[in-house]
Amino acid sequence: MATRRVGGQTIFFEDLPKLVSAHTIVGKNEGQGPYSEYFDEILEDDLLGQPTAEKAERQILQQAVEQALSKYGLVPQDIQYYVSGDLLNQVISAVFSARNLAIPFLGIFSACGTFAQSLGLGSILLHGGFASKVLVATSSHYQTAERQYRYPIELNIQHRPTNQHTVTGAGACVLSADGEGPKITHVTFGRIVDMGLKDPNDMGSAMAPAAFDTLEKHLKDIECSPDHYDLILTGDLGRQGFKMLKIIAEKKGLALGTNLQDGGVLIYGEDPKYGAGASGAACSAVMTLGYGLSLLREGKIRRLLLVGTGALLNQLTVQQGDSIPTIAHAVAIEA
Amino acid sequence: MKPQEYQQLVRENQPPRRTWRNVILAFVVGGSFSLIGQIVLDFVSGVERTTDEASAITLAIMILIGAVLTGLGIYDEIAEIGGAGAAVPITGFSNTVTAAAMEFRREGFILGMGAKMFVIAGPVLVYGILSGFLVALIKSVVLGYF
Repeated sequence: MATRRVGGQTIFFEDLPKLVSAHTIVGKNEGQGPYSEYFDEILEDDLLGQPTAEKAERQILQQAVEQALSKYGLVPQDIQYYVSGDLLNQVISAVFSARNLAIPFLGIFSACGTFAQSLGLGSILLHGGFASKVLVATSSHYQTAERQYRYPIELNIQHRPTNQHTVTGAGACVLSADGEGPKITHVTFGRIVDMGLKDPNDMGSAMAPAAFDTLEKHLKDIECSPDHYDLILTGDLGRQGFKMLKIIAEKKGLALGTNLQDGGVLIYGEDPKYGAGASGAACSAVMTLGYGLSLLREGKIRRLLLVGTGALLNQLTVQQGDSIPTIAHAVAIEA
Repeated sequence: MKPQEYQQLVRENQPPRRTWRNVILAFVVGGSFSLIGQIVLDFVSGVERTTDEASAITLAIMILIGAVLTGLGIYDEIAEIGGAGAAVPITGFSNTVTAAAMEFRREGFILGMGAKMFVIAGPVLVYGILSGFLVALIKSVVLGYF
């Protein structure tokens, strides 16, 4: 059987999976940032009137999923697989969002790189002929992430300039074998990269080598230079990680131009309140489905490469002195 | 690139620690809490008979101030500016307990708030009591109480 692999790590599609429908929801803070016009829905209350932030997060995810389906006139029964994940233990928001859909569910985790992973896996399911429509979604919430990975919200903490702020929001989209929309051409799943960094307050620096590893592999596999893409969007490196990625690229002789941008740097603008910028599983989801897809649809760009980055840590590994394993998955999308 | 090389590269390229700025702001914020404490103590001393009673009431009032500022969502903003100046005074201790109580209230009064209220403040109590005991022990030995 012929494989659809190119180079060492990349897969390509012939019948290109299409992003036929997408919906993005962001919280209040993200809605005040410079990219607010690209998001479909901006919440006035990050808790949506729910008693807990965990309940609010799954509600946001569910809402994004429902909207992505109804925009294209679909009901859950039209979808064969729901691929979803989030940052919480046991990807619990995704689990709850799948409860009412009553369709086969695949819960996945790559921390903040979950969205790119779900796009890749969804495309494979479609291309393998195992489905005609796949629903893909991820979410994160500032309050739920803080309490699971860090400290109580109201605690007296002085944040460092390298700290990142988890995006509250969710992005959902429908991948389809037929129909119209931006197409997924290649996927490069990343390997775990661990440079021995241990500081959970600087996840950007930890993730940058993973982003570079996957980006370099991807470009080598498809035998293209970085300017093959009009936009290379890394997920959530933040200002510090973005800086480190550029430094690594320079040292390794890979010329990255102005077509390289980072979701974590962009979403809140320059506001120092958010430290090095944004992070979270929703960050790359809303930036890809909101900002990236808009540019593709309006014809401002033709080729987009999403490099979704994730820092795979938890409180126990940090407290037990382990370093931070990181990952990056790349997904190429074409207008 | 070797991990050690990269770690060095990260250290060289991290934003500089604004130590002097942080020290000055911590002094101002911590000093302000102390000033408020002094004003309260002076006022209470006029009412209470002994210094011990006056200082106990002052501490209670400062704890209340810390808790209320935490409940209003202001204390974490003060800490963002003041750092240790907001963490070290007793208002900061009050903040750690109140913040944890607020956070874990959602998991119920017993296993949530009750069990986790001291999750941040616990180490302060444990090592505060331990160091108090050790200092008292050393003092007793030095002064020949045994």
